[in-house]
Amino acid sequence: MSVTEELSHHDDHHEEHHEQGFIAKYIFSTDHKVIAKQFLITGIIWALLGGALSVIFRLQLGFPDLNLEFLRPLLGKWISSNGKLDSEFFLALVTMHGTIMVFFVLTAGLSGTFSNFLIPLQIGARDMASGFMNMLSYWFFFLSSVIMFVSLFIETGPAGGGWTIYPPLSVLPQAIQGSGLGMTLWLVAMVFFIASTLLGGINYVTTVINMRTEGMTFSRMPLTIWSFFITAIIGILSFPVLVAAALLLVFDRSFGTSFYLSEIFIGGEALPNMGGSPILFQHLFWFLGHPEVYIVLLPALGITSEIISTNSRKPIFGYTAMILSMVAIAFLSFIVWAHHMFVSGLNPFLGSIFMFLTLIIAVPSAVKSFNYLTTLWKGNIVFTPAMLFSIGLVSFFISGGLTGIFLGNSALDINLHDTYFVVAHFHLVMGSAAFFGLLAGVYHWFPKMFGRMMDTKLGYLHFWLTFVGVYLVFFPLHYIGIAGFPRRYYSFTNFDAFSTFTDLNTFVSIAAIVTFGAQFIFLFNFFYSMFAGRKAPLNPWKSNTLEWTTPRVPGHGNWPGAIPKVYRWPYDYSKPGAEDDFIPQTVPYSQTTSSNFPHENELAKSEGAEEGGAH
Amino acid sequence: MSSTAVIVEESNKNLWGGGTAPMKASYGKLMMWFFLLSDAFTFSALLITYGLIRFSHPAYDGAVAEFIFSQEYWPIPEKVFDAVPFLHGIHAPLVFVGVMTFILILSSVTMVLAVEAGERMDRRSVEKWMLWTIIGGLTFLGCQAWEWSHFITGTAEGGKLLDGSVFYGANLQINQYGPSNFAALFFFITGFHGFHVLSGVVINFIIFYQTVVGKLERRGHYEMVEKVGLYWHFVDLVWVFVFTFFYLV
Repeated sequence: MSVTEELSHHDDHHEEHHEQGFIAKYIFSTDHKVIAKQFLITGIIWALLGGALSVIFRLQLGFPDLNLEFLRPLLGKWISSNGKLDSEFFLALVTMHGTIMVFFVLTAGLSGTFSNFLIPLQIGARDMASGFMNMLSYWFFFLSSVIMFVSLFIETGPAGGGWTIYPPLSVLPQAIQGSGLGMTLWLVAMVFFIASTLLGGINYVTTVINMRTEGMTFSRMPLTIWSFFITAIIGILSFPVLVAAALLLVFDRSFGTSFYLSEIFIGGEALPNMGGSPILFQHLFWFLGHPEVYIVLLPALGITSEIISTNSRKPIFGYTAMILSMVAIAFLSFIVWAHHMFVSGLNPFLGSIFMFLTLIIAVPSAVKSFNYLTTLWKGNIVFTPAMLFSIGLVSFFISGGLTGIFLGNSALDINLHDTYFVVAHFHLVMGSAAFFGLLAGVYHWFPKMFGRMMDTKLGYLHFWLTFVGVYLVFFPLHYIGIAGFPRRYYSFTNFDAFSTFTDLNTFVSIAAIVTFGAQFIFLFNFFYSMFAGRKAPLNPWKSNTLEWTTPRVPGHGNWPGAIPKVYRWPYDYSKPGAEDDFIPQTVPYSQTTSSNFPHENELAKSEGAEEGGAH
Repeated sequence: MSSTAVIVEESNKNLWGGGTAPMKASYGKLMMWFFLLSDAFTFSALLITYGLIRFSHPAYDGAVAEFIFSQEYWPIPEKVFDAVPFLHGIHAPLVFVGVMTFILILSSVTMVLAVEAGERMDRRSVEKWMLWTIIGGLTFLGCQAWEWSHFITGTAEGGKLLDGSVFYGANLQINQYGPSNFAALFFFITGFHGFHVLSGVVINFIIFYQTVVGKLERRGHYEMVEKVGLYWHFVDLVWVFVFTFFYLV
């Protein structure tokens, strides 16, 4: 009893409308919609920065003879006296690009934005379970961002040991400048980042379990919510292992322990550390690192499911199969981590087990791909920009996923490991796919976020430039990778074997710069439409989910009156016999007798009974 | 009573149908459970780390009676943790840590009693049992401090390092008992657990304070006691594993 009392009390509280000051409303806000926008804007800033870093190192890789003197005002002493990029700074650029994109953009920017924004709106809740913890989650992320950002400007440069920060390189400042203060700041920033993810994740899971509106059973939840729910669970279970790994690394770096170090001879000096194992770090890291891939990808897949179904005007094909495949992917993600370590001296027998488990992931992934395609099949497709980005995601998911089958083979991986083939693979399947999910989500839910429409034509332009650009960047990288060129190398030109790829590298760099440039179209569209866009109708995409039953700009508490009840699943598009080609979740079966299936007619009878008997 | 039973039955039917708390737990309690699940993974990672490093070192395979400390092999825990305060020079393997463990488990019992008193809305009993729990936690921390300082100071005989010199006690780099990671892991993992106990004591104290000033009574329920109780039991449970790994295996 006390629980219900508390819940209803909670609800009442949110219905009180009172004007808040600027700080309470936009800065230290506990409203999930504002927090979502904070995550989004921060994510966009990080994405620009991460993208800019990649442009700098692509300049080095594509134009090895170019004089980079013009970057001196920006990079200072990292440009050498003869106009070259400092080789250690190159490593720092690669490291920070990876860190920023994986964690700050595609984890916080994607999950943080859309889990926060959509969970309460789509399950019919006034706000997250704990608004305060939600606010804390953002501000931990902000603090983490500040620390990571500061690390870009220190004298020894930011962390330079790769985003995977493998020891012993990341432990020994003697080895590389980036393992000095930059690495320390990296670790401190990540501690706050993990705290933020944990606070967010716990909140998402609890909200989905406890705060669903009446009638919103798990089997009526939009696939977006399912994906955020599963993502949050993965995060709760995998990030703590990174905490353990990072803390042990902190001790090795700062307090002289040897958890990851043993028998190292560096700079003419033998280190005293004995008895540790750098492989141990790899195990701990990838126990997070692999699920992290799905933390990045699953929300994008959920968003895509929703958008593709809405804009095909068809129910999603295989709703249950979609959920089960996400659950399967989440489960498998925890038992495949050693496929990142095939060449670390791993027992080949163990390698074949991890290979087997890894290749099983192809099954649920294929289920999802085919479900997307069959949803599109014979649909009345509406090509909104969000829809294009969703279809683009499916394309990347397939073409990037196929190379995953190559890489998952422990024998093939000997050849391909740490080459540009791997870079091409994960940039397509996880990087670009998740990024497209993010963009699709922004285009689709922009009307709900800001009450205005984004410009469609600019959206098309942005899509085509980005979609073609991404393929032009990453397809050639497969060839460079198969040829054996290792990732994270400062220069191609020192090896004759790769000189035939110089032109291809130049091409990739140009494509990367153009693609990066195309994002400014989006930026303009985003910020311009936020203030001057056409005012959005209440349900611009004729969608079924609950967020479109709120006012144009929902206030604190989302619904001015009572929270709507839910009577059906969210995918009743083009239902035979229905008046319209969509039936929102809030429409009872008793009002749609012409389109009901027999078992739904049965449900229609109990609807009235429920309402009469519930209270 | 009969009407209560009916309500439960009715809500069971639509438990997952939305508009209810399907696990019959408030969001705060669910959050605590998920946090504990997460924290359990942190500790698992650390204990797996311990296991991996422990078994990458050779074990002592001579007769137990002839055991001496050496950098060559992992020490036998009974030979390391055999001291008791005020009983200098007496070999009492695992007695002190046994007492510590008993105290911590006892504090879990008092916590259960506090939660039970909270359900009865018995403020005086909640105060009493929370206080005992806090005392139990502080005693455990005190014992751990003594054990650490004894471990750091070392024994009168010390232990031989690889270069033949004798070293007394332990720090994060070297120790007299065995390979450097023996002490480093001991400090790290029992320290990490001790930090959890310390946070637990602080949180317990906050709740104790809120009980004393009547804040929880005004709120109408003592759920906060239950939530910190979950955390406290978790910290206890983790200690059982830490104890097993470091002292028994």
